[in-house]
Amino acid sequence: MALTLDDVNRIAHLARIEVEPREAERVLTQLTGIFRLIEEMQAVNTDGIEPMSHAQDVMLRLREDGVTGSDQHALFQAIAPQVEACLYLVLKVIE
Amino acid sequence: MLNFTVKQLAADLAARRVSSVEVTQYFIKRINALGKTLNAFISVDEVQSLASARAADQLIAAGKGGPLTGIPLAHKDIFCAKGWLATCGSKMLSNFVAPYDAHVIERFNQAGAVIAGKTNMDEFAMGSSNETSFYGPVKNPWDTAAVPGGSSGGSAAAVAARLAPAATGTDTGGSIRQPAAFTGVCGLKPTYGVVSRYGMIAFASSLDQGGPFAKTAEDLALMLNVMAGFDARDSTSLQREPEDYTRDLAQPLQGLRIGLPTEFFAAGLASDVARAVEAAIAEFRRLGCETVEVRLPNMRLSVPVYYVLAPAEASSNLARFDGVRYGYRAPEYSDLLDLYCKTRAQGFGAEVKRRILIGTYVLSHGYYDAYYIKAQKLRRLIAQDFVEAFKRCDLIMGPTTPTTAFNLGEKAGDPVQMYLSDIYTIAVNLAGLPGMSIPAGFGATSHPVGLQLIGNYFGEAKMLNAAHRYQQVTDWHMRMPEGICSEG
Repeated sequence: MALTLDDVNRIAHLARIEVEPREAERVLTQLTGIFRLIEEMQAVNTDGIEPMSHAQDVMLRLREDGVTGSDQHALFQAIAPQVEACLYLVLKVIE
Repeated sequence: MLNFTVKQLAADLAARRVSSVEVTQYFIKRINALGKTLNAFISVDEVQSLASARAADQLIAAGKGGPLTGIPLAHKDIFCAKGWLATCGSKMLSNFVAPYDAHVIERFNQAGAVIAGKTNMDEFAMGSSNETSFYGPVKNPWDTAAVPGGSSGGSAAAVAARLAPAATGTDTGGSIRQPAAFTGVCGLKPTYGVVSRYGMIAFASSLDQGGPFAKTAEDLALMLNVMAGFDARDSTSLQREPEDYTRDLAQPLQGLRIGLPTEFFAAGLASDVARAVEAAIAEFRRLGCETVEVRLPNMRLSVPVYYVLAPAEASSNLARFDGVRYGYRAPEYSDLLDLYCKTRAQGFGAEVKRRILIGTYVLSHGYYDAYYIKAQKLRRLIAQDFVEAFKRCDLIMGPTTPTTAFNLGEKAGDPVQMYLSDIYTIAVNLAGLPGMSIPAGFGATSHPVGLQLIGNYFGEAKMLNAAHRYQQVTDWHMRMPEGICSEG
């Protein structure tokens, strides 16, 4: 399967990363090389093999549904680019 | 003090022959003197460090010191430490002062250790040479034209150049073991789930694991005693009885079965690395170990599998960097979508962007089964190879890397060649096993060679035992890069 420039632009949009048209060619060449390596996977038959999503076959822990943290919004918002009245500021989304 | 182990420094501190303030000042002076030459550190804060050192001296004076009290440690800049920058080697976090401590940092603080500084690293831990850092490459203390390895290159170089007696790192595909090998120090990646990932900036969550760097196996054990432990804030942290990783260090190795995977000694392994590794294995035979040949037939697929799974997880983890809540925000943008796209285009470096794009693609509609699920199935085959191999042996050994440290710029333009330098380490992360690298001599260009030890699940104490006994009869681990070490 060969990647195209359209693929690069589509993935870049999904990933929310601006790729300048002059960069797109270079990105395409590098991704094509990496996918050539990745394609080696297809040589092995994996029918009937259970996918392994994690190193340890354990269930995620559950905990009581209760408040465990304390309110630290002032501390965490102190490092935000723009904050007003405890809200993160961005440009208007809805007119 | 230059070549003292953590254990020796702790003994001197406990006996009040030296104070933590003196030890900390000594190492910070070296960090500052060699700062430009090696570029191993991103942040140094003498005021904060000395305040912790004074507190440690009081603990020791009150008879409340432990094995790491007053010891200055270098931490990879991926760990959040309250009040310190945590940049993860990225422009994206170049203004990020951590508002809380990682679990690992909390544990070291409770043990009375001192933060000597935060070390340089590949951006978001994505790299094998430390060349992807926004803060510029780290140089190898043995040869400043060579890379120190990555991604924990700054931590490895700091221990190698004796800028700190020990350090922390993280290992997703070899990022502790490969730089340890390239710089001639010891590094250990624990079994997945042993060290909490809370406050450790995420790259690929099913593979990331924190671990220590030091000069000796014994020091690694002392470090791991502090780092390991259950933490409810990491959903994959394992609930186990605490272990003393020093308990088996002195056990004799008589009858220990070492598995030598055929695939580790096949084509692609440089002859100078092979010679040093074979000499080290001969030493283990003299110590009473038996060697058996084992097979890891699916290991060759570990690099392709890793470059599907790790980018997939990274593309999800790094979605949080959007210029809204913390970190970098692009100065100019037209709307909210443009804010995201420009912030991420400007805040991330080329390698990070490449991996996010790969990850986004393999998770996208129509490709998920062909790439992501396929890779997860192969991950199981790779892990099963180790299960079979450990039926025949107690530890696996082989080279950590196919070559010794390569030169700066040599592979920077070719991502695939760079990825293949982790061929012997990646399978261990995919399986979730513990692994370590210890110095085992030098190659043709006088660059250090690393011997890799791979343990079965929770086999850290056994690996440390074997490494410690080897270090009782060899002195590779105490060799220093003389040129750099005479400076500072």
